[in-house]
Amino acid sequence: MIETRGLRKSFQTGRRRKTATVDAVAGLDLTVAKGEIFGFLGPNGAGKTTTLRMLATLVRPDGGEAVIAGADLRTQQAEVRRNIGYIAQDGGTADDVTAREELVMQARMHGIGKAEAQSRAVAALDAFDLTEYADRNCRTYSGGQRRRVDIALGVIHRPKVLFLDEPTSGLDPQSRSHLWDEIRRLRSEGMTVFLTTHYLDEADALCDRIAIIDGGGTVAEGTPAALKRSIAGEVVTVGVTDAEVAAKASEVLAGQECVRSAELREDGGLRLSVDVGETAMPQIMRALADAGIELATIELHRPTLDDVFLAKTGRSLRES
Amino acid sequence: MKTLRDTWLVFQRHLLLMARSPLSIVLGVAQPVVYLALFAPLLKPALASMGAGSMTDAYRIYVPGMLVALALGGGLYVGFGLLAELSSGVIERARVTPVSRVALLLGRALRDVVTLVIQAGIIIVLSMPLGLFVRIPDLLLAYVLLALITLGSASISYGIALKVSDPTVLGQLVNNLAQPLMLLSGTLLPLALAPLWLQRAADWNPFSWAVVGMRELFAGHTGDPAVWQSITLMAAVALLALTWSARLFARSVR
Ligand SMILES: Nc1ncnc2c1ncn2[C@@H]1O[C@H](COP(=O)(O)OP(=O)(O)OP(=O)(O)O)[C@@H](O)[C@H]1O
Ligand SMILES: [Mg+2]
Repeated sequence: MIETRGLRKSFQTGRRRKTATVDAVAGLDLTVAKGEIFGFLGPNGAGKTTTLRMLATLVRPDGGEAVIAGADLRTQQAEVRRNIGYIAQDGGTADDVTAREELVMQARMHGIGKAEAQSRAVAALDAFDLTEYADRNCRTYSGGQRRRVDIALGVIHRPKVLFLDEPTSGLDPQSRSHLWDEIRRLRSEGMTVFLTTHYLDEADALCDRIAIIDGGGTVAEGTPAALKRSIAGEVVTVGVTDAEVAAKASEVLAGQECVRSAELREDGGLRLSVDVGETAMPQIMRALADAGIELATIELHRPTLDDVFLAKTGRSLRES
Repeated sequence: MKTLRDTWLVFQRHLLLMARSPLSIVLGVAQPVVYLALFAPLLKPALASMGAGSMTDAYRIYVPGMLVALALGGGLYVGFGLLAELSSGVIERARVTPVSRVALLLGRALRDVVTLVIQAGIIIVLSMPLGLFVRIPDLLLAYVLLALITLGSASISYGIALKVSDPTVLGQLVNNLAQPLMLLSGTLLPLALAPLWLQRAADWNPFSWAVVGMRELFAGHTGDPAVWQSITLMAAVALLALTWSARLFARSVR
């Protein structure tokens, strides 16, 4: 549905003599399949917004090519615009207009007739739980309500592809999960969703596939589960009563099929690399019991997307 | 056809926004009304050189000039609204739709014309008791002239706003542009008072011609060549300014 090759954009910053070039996006190759929620995960300044703005025909790329819903980004912009919806990071509603009026106007700008625009606005207000506030000025909406209006505006013309820039930034947990449900509903209607986020849990829970972007290029791409698996597998930590027992346990467990490697830790615990934690844990427990070793604690640690980011860039996403 | 439809759409939207804040229209005429009450009496002796023997005559000369000043000055400040909308993301949202780019600008400029028509109406009505008299055909022609002036000045303002994209700079530029244009068209102070070289310089200011045409209309001289000359000139200015700003707009917002 979206395919980019070598997409590039750099900005000139500074004045006169002290100009510098920022490579906001440096050669991006992406493929997004129809009907998936694709997440673009990266720290501030990674180039997420710039990428989205290029794909939404708002910024002309310096190089590279992209095809969106079958239309060439360079030569068929009108066709691209017909097929996409774009929701900016900071939204874009006028203060003194109601959600209903904004929705009708947006539909009309897409060339939809007046009566049809009005009935679509009603349907959209209903779908996004906005009917209650429909005739209040946008100025008076809460952050979550405003974000829902933004999304309703972006999909009023039933686009094939929806670009969402940081859909839930600044929202409380309840509004976020509410919005996630809305986005999943759009996917179930067959829409392809391309969103950016710098929230690990959002990328993890909401997206079917993600690309991790840093410094204008992707550093990893895949399903959240596969990405996490790709770096370390899962880790089971076992605690026993003393160091002597630990050494014996290590011997026993190293022979187990499910354990890739066992490592004695300074605090007397054992660190075991395994492929799949859920199935490895009962096997480990059984093996220890068979050997007559008493188990004090057992813990499963799954790698997070932050571990992936750390492994690929040497930095933590939380800190950057 | 699509451009026309889109222009109408954008125009309606801005009309709605304008109706939501009627105060700004009223505040826009506050200054001219004050001028009407305080400035015109002061100017009566000066206007005598243009044939004003009475207060009524003075208003007939003063009000048309002030209407041109209002169209010129008011129009030159509309760029601020565009900058505000650009930064709020509303225009960006429109850009992702297939809506005509020219319409986005033209629809706004037409709203500015409506604003002016209302403001000019207020001033004309307020001037009636002071002795201003104008026949309906002349009034309609005067409105055509005012609409063209506003179209021109608003387009210039939009163009500058797109060029500088900074409200502070825009404010200064517009001030520096509006002052000489108004002085050199005799809108507020009659040019008859000016030294000859200044009068010659004013000949090069198209808005000075507009003031002359406007005064002829309010004097009831519909057939005076100054009338059609000023309308033609203002139509040309409006067309040029509109083309310039529409191209800038289309290029900067694609
Ligand atoms: N108009 C511009 N002029 C100059 N530099 C720009 C411009 N737009 C973006 N940049 C630079 O390009 C880089 C990428 O910016 P971008 O907005 O795409 O990041 P982002 O991933 O969306 O970040 P955030 O998470 O903060 O929204 C940044 O270094 C930014 O400063
Ligand atoms: Mg961003």
